[in-house]
Amino acid sequence: MSAQDLSESLREQVAGARAEARSLRIVGTDSKAFYGNPVDAAPLAVGGHTGITNYEPTELVLTARAGTPLGEVETALADKGQMLPFEPPQFAGKGSVGGAVAAGLSGPRRPYAGSVRDMVLGLKLLNGRAEVMQFGGEVMKNVAGYDASRLNTGALGTLGAILEVSLKVLPRPQADATLVLERPASECYAASETWLRAGRPVSALIHDGTRMIVRLSGTHSAVSDAVQDIGGEAMAADAAAALWTSVRDHTHPFFAEGDAPLWRLSLPPGVDPASFPGPQLVDWAGQQIWVRAVVDAAQLREAAANAGGSATLFHGRQAGVGAFHPLDPVKARLYQGLKDAFDPDGIFNPGRLYPALEEH
Amino acid sequence: MPAHALFRPEDTRFEVDVDPLIAALRAILPDEGLIVHEAGRRAYECDGLSAYKQLPLLVVVPETIEQVQAVLRLCHEAGVPVVTRGSGTSLSGGSLPHPQGVLLAMGKFNRISHIDPERRIARVQPGVRNLAISEAAAQHGLYYAPDPSSQIACSIGGNVGENAGGVHCLKYGLTVHNVLAVRMITMDGEATTIGSEALDSPGLDLLALMHGSEGMLGVIVEVTVRLLPNPLTKQVLMASFDDVEHGGHAVAGIIARGIIPGGLEMMDGAAIQAAEDFVQAGYDTAAAAILICELDGSAAEVADQMETVQACLREHGATRIQVAADDQEKARFWAGRKAAFPAVGRISPDYYCMDGTIPRKQLARVLRRISEMSAEESLETVNVFHAGDGNLHPLILFDGNQPGQLEAAERLGSRILQLCVEVGGTVTGEHGVGVEKINEMCVQFATAEIEQFHAIKYAFDPDGLLNPGKAIPTLNRCAEFGHLHVHNGELPHPELERL
Repeated sequence: MSAQDLSESLREQVAGARAEARSLRIVGTDSKAFYGNPVDAAPLAVGGHTGITNYEPTELVLTARAGTPLGEVETALADKGQMLPFEPPQFAGKGSVGGAVAAGLSGPRRPYAGSVRDMVLGLKLLNGRAEVMQFGGEVMKNVAGYDASRLNTGALGTLGAILEVSLKVLPRPQADATLVLERPASECYAASETWLRAGRPVSALIHDGTRMIVRLSGTHSAVSDAVQDIGGEAMAADAAAALWTSVRDHTHPFFAEGDAPLWRLSLPPGVDPASFPGPQLVDWAGQQIWVRAVVDAAQLREAAANAGGSATLFHGRQAGVGAFHPLDPVKARLYQGLKDAFDPDGIFNPGRLYPALEEH
Repeated sequence: MPAHALFRPEDTRFEVDVDPLIAALRAILPDEGLIVHEAGRRAYECDGLSAYKQLPLLVVVPETIEQVQAVLRLCHEAGVPVVTRGSGTSLSGGSLPHPQGVLLAMGKFNRISHIDPERRIARVQPGVRNLAISEAAAQHGLYYAPDPSSQIACSIGGNVGENAGGVHCLKYGLTVHNVLAVRMITMDGEATTIGSEALDSPGLDLLALMHGSEGMLGVIVEVTVRLLPNPLTKQVLMASFDDVEHGGHAVAGIIARGIIPGGLEMMDGAAIQAAEDFVQAGYDTAAAAILICELDGSAAEVADQMETVQACLREHGATRIQVAADDQEKARFWAGRKAAFPAVGRISPDYYCMDGTIPRKQLARVLRRISEMSAEESLETVNVFHAGDGNLHPLILFDGNQPGQLEAAERLGSRILQLCVEVGGTVTGEHGVGVEKINEMCVQFATAEIEQFHAIKYAFDPDGLLNPGKAIPTLNRCAEFGHLHVHNGELPHPELERL
C-alpha cells in the first residue's frame, strides 16, 4: 500500500493548464472512462495521489486521497469489521475513492443503506483557479457553508478535481443470506416493502429476468428469522458473494452478453419494469433498471420521465444522444452558473456531463 | 441586543423606494397578504435567536406559488432583498429580517398535499410543521425520521434550509438524507423541481446544495419527503457514569461492536439536574453523565443488541444501568432529554445554545476546556450532546439584565465554536450559521473557500438579494473579525490590508 501526496504537483498542473488555456481529463484508474460523454483532453493523473490519511473506526469516518484504490479502502475497513455501505462498483476490478465519489455510482445496497452522496462528509477539491479548498469535514453533522462536498459527488469532475474524501462508514453486518425466489419482476418493490415492514433486514433485491434474488444482512437472529419467513432457495455463501459482486461490478452475464448500448433507468418505487424494453436486469427493488438494447433514446427518456425518473446512456454510444437525461431550462442555467463558479475557464472534463450547456 | 452590529454596510447597500414597492405588492397579493404597519411587522422582528431583533421593511404573506413567483420577480426587478421565513424557530437568526427587505412569511403554505403510504412518500407545503408529517403518516404505520427538538413548531421548509438534524440522525440521517425533492423558485421568479421520487436525478446534486443553504439560493415552495415504517420494537436504556470521559468511551465501544443505535444522547451533571427538576424523568442526579441509548429493529435484533450494549456499558464503568420497563418509561427517559433546553431555561434567566460538532474522541478535552473558559467568563455552562454523531450543545447560562453578561456569553460562545474547529470539528452541526456564527465562519474557512461560496451564491442569485448578510461572511467582515486562520501555511485573506 503506497501513500503519496501529489497535491502540489496537481495544483501546478492545473495552474499550467489554466495559463495555457488547455483543458484536462481527470483520470484515477480510468475504470469509468466509458461513463458520460467523451472528453478530448490531456489527462490529469490523480491515480498516484494515494493513501488513507485518517481512519477512526469508532467515529465511523475514513479519509483517503483520491487515487487510493477502492480495494485498499475496503480491506482496511474489513479489518475493523466495517464497510462502505454504498458498495461502489469496481469496474474491471479497479476504481479509486475519488472516482467513486466523482461518478456517484452506488451498488445493490443503495436503497437500503444510502448512496455515495449520503455518506460523503467532506472533501478537498482543486478548482479551476488552481485553488485547494476543504469543504465539510470528518464529522457527521456539519452545516457550515454550502454543501460543496455533496455537490461535487456525481459531478464527474466537471467542477474540479477531488483530492481527498471523508466518508461515513458503517459496521459490516454480522450475517448475510441470499434467497432465490420464483417471482415476477413486477413484484420486486412490493416484496421488498412487505419484508422491510416486517422487520426483515433486506440489503439488496434484484430480478435477473427469470428469478427474484434477495439478500438479507443483519444480526444472526434477524437473518435466520428472515430466511425462515421468506422461504425460497438459499444460495451458498460463496456463490452469493460472487453474484452480488458481479451485479455491483457489471461482470454478471447480463452485462457481458451482446454489444447493444446499456441504459440505466432511475425510477420511483413501484414502477412496473414491463413498461420498459428489455432485456433487463432489475436492481434496487425496481428503482434501478438496466436495459441492454438498441432503443429510440427520445422515446425511452420520455417514458422514464413520465414514470417520474430518468434514463442514462450508461455504456456504449448512440449518434446524437447525450449520455445524460436533459435538464429543464432553470437547472441548465444553474449548471452553467455552477460550472462558472468552480471552473470559469472550462478546464475540467469539458463536455463530460452536458456538452451543449458548456458552449456559451 | 447583541454585542455586535447585525449587518455590515455591504449587507445594507440596497436602495429601496418603499411606496412604489407597496403599490406593486398590493397588486399581486390579497389584502391581508401585505403587512405594512409597524405593529404587524413587529411580530416578525426576530426568530428563535431572540436576542437579535430587526424590523423588516415589509412583511409579505403569500398564499399561492404564483404569488411567491410574482413577489420574487418584482423584488428582483426592483433590487429588494428577500428573507424567507417558515415557523421562525431558527436558533442562528437565519430568518432575522433585513432592514431594507421584504420578509417572505411562508406560514400559509401549511397543507400536506399528498401521502402515498404504499410508496412511503409525502408531498407537503413548506410551512407544514415537522411533527405534523409524522402525525399524518402515523395512521399508515409510518413516520418522518428527522426530529429536531423544535419539531412541534419548526417547518419542513426551514428544515431543508438548515439541514435540520435531531436525536436519531446517526442511524436515520439528516434532512438531506430524507428529502426526495423540492420545488424551488429562483430569485427571478422561475420554478423548477430539484430531485425526484427516484433515488437519484440527472445533473449536479442541487438537492444536496439546497440543504443547509439558509434561504440564500432560492425559495422552497414544496417538499417531497421519504417516510419510514415505524420500528417493530424499540428499547431504551439509560446508563450512569461518574466521569464524562467513561461515557464517551462507552459510546465508542458500542459502535466498535457494530451497533448503530437509533438514538444515543449524553447529558452532563448540570443538565441531568436541570432536566430532573423539570420533568422528574427518574434521572440519576448523582451521575457525572448519563447516556440514553435507544435500540430499534425486529424483536430478535433488539434483544441481541441490548445484551451487547449492556455488556459494553458495564465494561466501560457504567455505575448504573436502567432499562425502560414499558412504553411509558421509554417516553419518560426521553422526556428529560427532549426538555433539556426549557429545563435550563428554568434555572437561568437566559441561556445561549451553541451547536458545534467535534470528533467524539475529543469530548473529554472539549468539555474540560468549556468548563475552564466558562470559569474565565464567570458563567456556567450545561452540556447536552448528540453522542452518536459528535454534535455538542453547550448551553451558556447568563442574565441579560446584568451588565456585561450577554457580551460575556457571546464571547464564550464564540470561543467554544473556535475550540470545535481547533479539534477538527465545525462551528455548526445543525442550527446553521445565520447571523449568529457568521464571524466564526472566518475561522473555519480560508479565503478561497469563502470566495467559492460566494461564487455558488452568484450562480443562483447574482444580485445577492436572498437573505443578505447571512451564512457566508464577506471578506471584509473576516478581516475585521481579525482571525488569522492559517490554511496550507498561508495567511487567509492576504489581499486585505490589516490594521
